[in-house]
Amino acid sequence: MIEIQNITKSYSGRKVLDNASITINDGEIFSVIGPSGCGKSTLLKCIVRLIKPESGRILVDGRNVVDIDDEFELAKIRKNFGYLFQGGALFDSLTVMENITFGLKYLTDIPKSEYPRIAREKLALVGLENAENIKPAELSGGMKKRAALARAIAAEPKYIFYDEPTTGLDPITSDMILGLISDMAAKLKITSIIVTHDIKLAFTISNRVAMLDKGNFEISGTPEELRKSSSPAFKKFTDEALSPDVQGRRHDLDVKHHKQWY
Amino acid sequence: MRHYIFEGAGRRVMSLAQKLGAVSLMIKSLFVWFFRAKPEIREIVKQAVRIGVESLPVTILTSFFTGMVLALQMGYTSKYLFNEPLYIGTMVAFSLVKELAPVLTSIVVAGRVGASVTAEIGTMKVTEQIDALYTLGTNPTRYLLIPRYAAFLITIPLLTVFSDFTGIFGGFLVSNMKFSVPGSVYWNDIVTFMEIKNFMHGFVKTFAFAFMIVTVSCYKGLTCEEGAEGVGRATTQSVVTSMVLVMVLDYFISAALVAIGLI
Repeated sequence: MIEIQNITKSYSGRKVLDNASITINDGEIFSVIGPSGCGKSTLLKCIVRLIKPESGRILVDGRNVVDIDDEFELAKIRKNFGYLFQGGALFDSLTVMENITFGLKYLTDIPKSEYPRIAREKLALVGLENAENIKPAELSGGMKKRAALARAIAAEPKYIFYDEPTTGLDPITSDMILGLISDMAAKLKITSIIVTHDIKLAFTISNRVAMLDKGNFEISGTPEELRKSSSPAFKKFTDEALSPDVQGRRHDLDVKHHKQWY
Repeated sequence: MRHYIFEGAGRRVMSLAQKLGAVSLMIKSLFVWFFRAKPEIREIVKQAVRIGVESLPVTILTSFFTGMVLALQMGYTSKYLFNEPLYIGTMVAFSLVKELAPVLTSIVVAGRVGASVTAEIGTMKVTEQIDALYTLGTNPTRYLLIPRYAAFLITIPLLTVFSDFTGIFGGFLVSNMKFSVPGSVYWNDIVTFMEIKNFMHGFVKTFAFAFMIVTVSCYKGLTCEEGAEGVGRATTQSVVTSMVLVMVLDYFISAALVAIGLI
């Protein structure tokens, strides 16, 4: 279980997270939605302790990660985490196989001889068989995300964080990633934390959704509870995000971005 | 007016102090992780081969022609002054071994490899690959910095030794072909006057240059601003800073070495 208690983080005097508190239960798919720049990614990076919050506590299975400053100790905590970055963040100089097995050396005691088998297994899970020896530069946007997902689950973490998993992808690839996230949670029993501005994604696969606005959690609950909510900030966000104009623009952008890979 | 001048100067001093503080912390973490974690031997070898192989041809070419032009200038000068080409080997060897080979090799490596180190680390930073290192159980100090420091500290001194020999050989070709100085005289001029401490004077400096170049290259990469423009700017700053610091450091280290008798 991850308990976030009164977290505050600012950039150049601007509070991105302001006394934010929420609890994420084991085994659930939990989505954080909110407009761009509202602190969603910062929240994830605070949990993984890539960023240190100014105040508050983040309890991961009862241990407060905010107090830990020693990199060795943090590395032990991070063994529980898998992280899918927005752009994939695959290492350019390594092949897909090397990327997937990269963390095994540092996070596990698995013998090296097992690495190829694990990599193939994870690649099969994300539908990327035969991509082992390809460099990330040769992959399309969707394939990069899938390879990055295979890397994130390689060491079989307890929690997996998805940072805008469908941004920049065409609708078909987005749906495929969405299916993969559901599959991963079901097959591997991983607790999934997704930050996204894609309401469709959040409402389709999440057990619980929370909306971050002005540095704090405006509202949280099951998708059904949120649909019935009368919160003005939530209504405004969903109205804007689901308006045909925004949807159309987003689709155009997605298609345009997608075309760049071919 | 005076108010603005002081404010600007103060801001610059503060910025410099912050940068020096950040560099000190980077070097501290380097030592901490060097003793705490097993070194990434594969990465060290990869980087050393990359730096050595990439820089060797241009280093050899630079020192070869430097040795040749030194011999040419020395030959004509001594002919003009003494009517004879005297001590060409001595002057070429002393100039190369003590100054030109270490400085030119360092400048070549700073331009050739230092720039690529900054660009590589900078790109990794802006594409979140540095963050990915943390989430995969390691960190940039352990995986990126230590191998690059080790590689620079191994290869720059070695390249300098190559440079010494190539430059002296280039000088020999010119003195022999242009001024008809016999090979035995050229080599005798070198071995008679050159001592091991003269060689050490130049060799010791290369470690300081290597440390400085890799520190600037890694620091600029790790602190580069977002986007392709940020990476480009960091790369340019890295090369310019390294080259200027090689020159500045050269004077102070030479003065210090002379003071302790390593002339």
